[in-house]
Amino acid sequence: MSNATATRTPGKATENIAVIRSWAAPVTYMVLGLVALVGFAIGSPNADARFRISDGSQKISVPDLVLGTTFVGWSGAVIMLGIAAYAFVLVRAGRKLARWMLPVFATVFVISFLVWVIGSATTPNVYLSGLIAGSFTLATPLIFGSLSGVLCERAGVVNIAIEGQLLAGAFCAAIVGSMTGSLVAGVLAAVIGSVLVSMVLAVFAIKYLVNQVIVGVVLNVLVAGLTSFLFSTVMIANPEKFNAPPSFEVIRIPFLADIPIFGPIFFNQTILGYGMYVAVFLVWFGLFKTRWGLRVRAVGEHPKAADTVGIKVNSLRFWNVVLAGVVAGIGGAFFTLVTSSSFNKEMTAGQGFIALAALIFGRWNPIGAFFAALLFGFSLNLSFVLTILGTPVPSQFMQMLPYAVTIFAVAGLVGKSKAPAADGEPYVKE
Amino acid sequence: MSNTPELPPAEHTETLATPPPAPVSQLHAEPESSLLKRIMTGNGLVSVLAVVLSLVVGAILIAFTDERVTSTASYFFSRPTDMISAVWTSVSEAYIALFQSSIINTSASSFSDAIYPLTETLTIATPLVLAGLGVALAFRVGLFNIGAQGQIILGAAFAGWVGFTLDLPVGIHLIVAVIAGIIGGALWGGIAGFLKARRGAHEVIVTIMLNYIAVYLLLYLLSTPAFQRPGSNNPLSEPVAESAAYPLMFGADFRLHYGFFVALAAVAFTWWLLNRSTTGFEMRAVGANPVAAKTAGINVGRAYLLAMLIAGGLAGLAGTAQILGTERSLSGGIAASFGFDAITVALLGRSSPIGTLFAGLLFGALRAGGVGMQANTGIPIDIVLVVQSFIVLFIAAPPLVRSIFRIGTAKPKNKKAAAPAATGGAA
Repeated sequence: MSNATATRTPGKATENIAVIRSWAAPVTYMVLGLVALVGFAIGSPNADARFRISDGSQKISVPDLVLGTTFVGWSGAVIMLGIAAYAFVLVRAGRKLARWMLPVFATVFVISFLVWVIGSATTPNVYLSGLIAGSFTLATPLIFGSLSGVLCERAGVVNIAIEGQLLAGAFCAAIVGSMTGSLVAGVLAAVIGSVLVSMVLAVFAIKYLVNQVIVGVVLNVLVAGLTSFLFSTVMIANPEKFNAPPSFEVIRIPFLADIPIFGPIFFNQTILGYGMYVAVFLVWFGLFKTRWGLRVRAVGEHPKAADTVGIKVNSLRFWNVVLAGVVAGIGGAFFTLVTSSSFNKEMTAGQGFIALAALIFGRWNPIGAFFAALLFGFSLNLSFVLTILGTPVPSQFMQMLPYAVTIFAVAGLVGKSKAPAADGEPYVKE
Repeated sequence: MSNTPELPPAEHTETLATPPPAPVSQLHAEPESSLLKRIMTGNGLVSVLAVVLSLVVGAILIAFTDERVTSTASYFFSRPTDMISAVWTSVSEAYIALFQSSIINTSASSFSDAIYPLTETLTIATPLVLAGLGVALAFRVGLFNIGAQGQIILGAAFAGWVGFTLDLPVGIHLIVAVIAGIIGGALWGGIAGFLKARRGAHEVIVTIMLNYIAVYLLLYLLSTPAFQRPGSNNPLSEPVAESAAYPLMFGADFRLHYGFFVALAAVAFTWWLLNRSTTGFEMRAVGANPVAAKTAGINVGRAYLLAMLIAGGLAGLAGTAQILGTERSLSGGIAASFGFDAITVALLGRSSPIGTLFAGLLFGALRAGGVGMQANTGIPIDIVLVVQSFIVLFIAAPPLVRSIFRIGTAKPKNKKAAAPAATGGAA
């Protein structure tokens, strides 16, 4: 839709659009840079923030990292304003912004904020490795969820039902895991439950041509109602039998797990945790390096053209949505078989929507979605940690942060969302 | 597709499937009186059948989780009648309780007890209709407003603050509080509309995020001295002053308040706006085909912003119904789940104001009945969510219902009309 507008509007209008779009990034950088200048540099508590990297249990011990809030605040603000100024220069010259700018700017901003907020806390001392490892754990279901979204939307089916898929997966894993006592059966059940949700989405969207956003929204309500109903009638009556699933054990890889910071993230996970990395790689590789991926993307961008060269558009879409269900189901199992020991009403608590935001933030790319989900996991975990440390920022504002960042990103930095061109459009062969 | 369904007549393009891009000139022909007409034609039948089917699905769930049924199921083949009667008992008990708690309590001793359930239905329907109108209006402009929840919260917070802080004369106080509620909701909806119009930010994402921000903002406000009840640590405000509250219709025994008439007025306003005003015409044109609307000289961005402002204002009114009507004190749960239910209400009402009114009444009845059913029979109220979502699913896909009931289709098939164009994919 937006493409059509851009390409069909000739002359002056196009120039206007180009100008509006290109000034957004420098202005956003400038605003954020000024926030950093006023908040973190001028507003520095003039204290030291202490980041503990080892807690004594690892074999490799690293001394604590102590950073002065004033030093970090000022140098961060200078770097950010420098990037903003450079962006202004580039845009003025009519050139494109460099690719490194967004990640570098985001990293510097996060570090400045972190040092400032820890330094201002009543206990200016945080266990960095734990903070990061916790972020990965919180992000894992988000990553599975956004991979599910990538698989659907790259093929041109909007997946608002990620929340429902995760919840169905969590419920099925809990109930079947409890009844059989088997983790494998639990994960399989989660996959089946989530695939069923996917299939309803696929049938309604592809066969009955119902608006995909509507089906997604309704499916979320349906799964929430169904699982809550069964939780209240079946699980509560007999929790030992129906709601006491086994948990995955952490598989610690000797020696490697002792590497500071990175060890716990990459080498001290459950099977599902390791599986997350594999899934991100597989989806990325599949979508961008294989024939299947080329077809998927073709169907998502221009189904008619894909059909012309003999790709079965609707059948490919159907199976992609089913595959997305498989991935989301594993993410759902993570809730009840790893992070929590039992199922609870609406326990996914809107994480499917965050996964959706991560997918958009990550620009429909599995790797991008992975990092965006990590950012959400990090800010969520940070808000927990900061509540304990006692910060000047009210905890509610910390909890708002990921959502505000998303709006900022969607409206300011990412600009017009570049969804696959045929996303959400049913395909009818003529 | 062997069972290619009868296609909805062309004038029913404002159905759940997004309307196909119609030439702007054809928009005049779109009749709004579709409800009666729909009942007369097959579409109305489909709606009724969808409700019936959904209640059947609910009945199956109720029966399968009932202990009397599961205990008789073990000897089903030796004495099947036991199980059949157990199923009948559990389902009929549930649905009788649902009816008696939502329409008329037939076993009541006095008239006021008998009609009490009906007033409860209307009370719950009030915010549902108002917020549903907001979602429906945005949908007609081609925007998917998932943000009614946040808009209700902001509306309630604004109206509540006026209600328990300011000291104004009777009458004026209520009006000022209601206007504050509208402003609060419009502000929250307007952010999404502005970002959509100016930055192309997708409204689904922005409204979802604004919902969360509103929840935390409310919790923060309820921890500040301006909102929190003095001497209390709970996230709860003072009750609004009597002068700022909607008067009760039938005295203190009933919760029904005059906010219900506000909802009826809002239905009339939205109907007028969409069908009789130039702005509404432009909005519908944008919803039908933004590119064509732009070519025709309509300011698409303005239509988006205006639609979200009004949609937010309507949801803000739903917030006033909560804070100035039923709840009276601001708390974290002031919006309940009305903002999300409003989406299904608007979908069931096929995004028409009058349809939304009836859908709101139906869902209000289901919810009021669900509370009574849970109290009387122990069946969790979550069953209502299941029934609601099945209703919308069945209505969203008329071909499905038609194929289940084998309703024949005699009309000529017109494939082109079957392909709804997308209003730019979500996300």
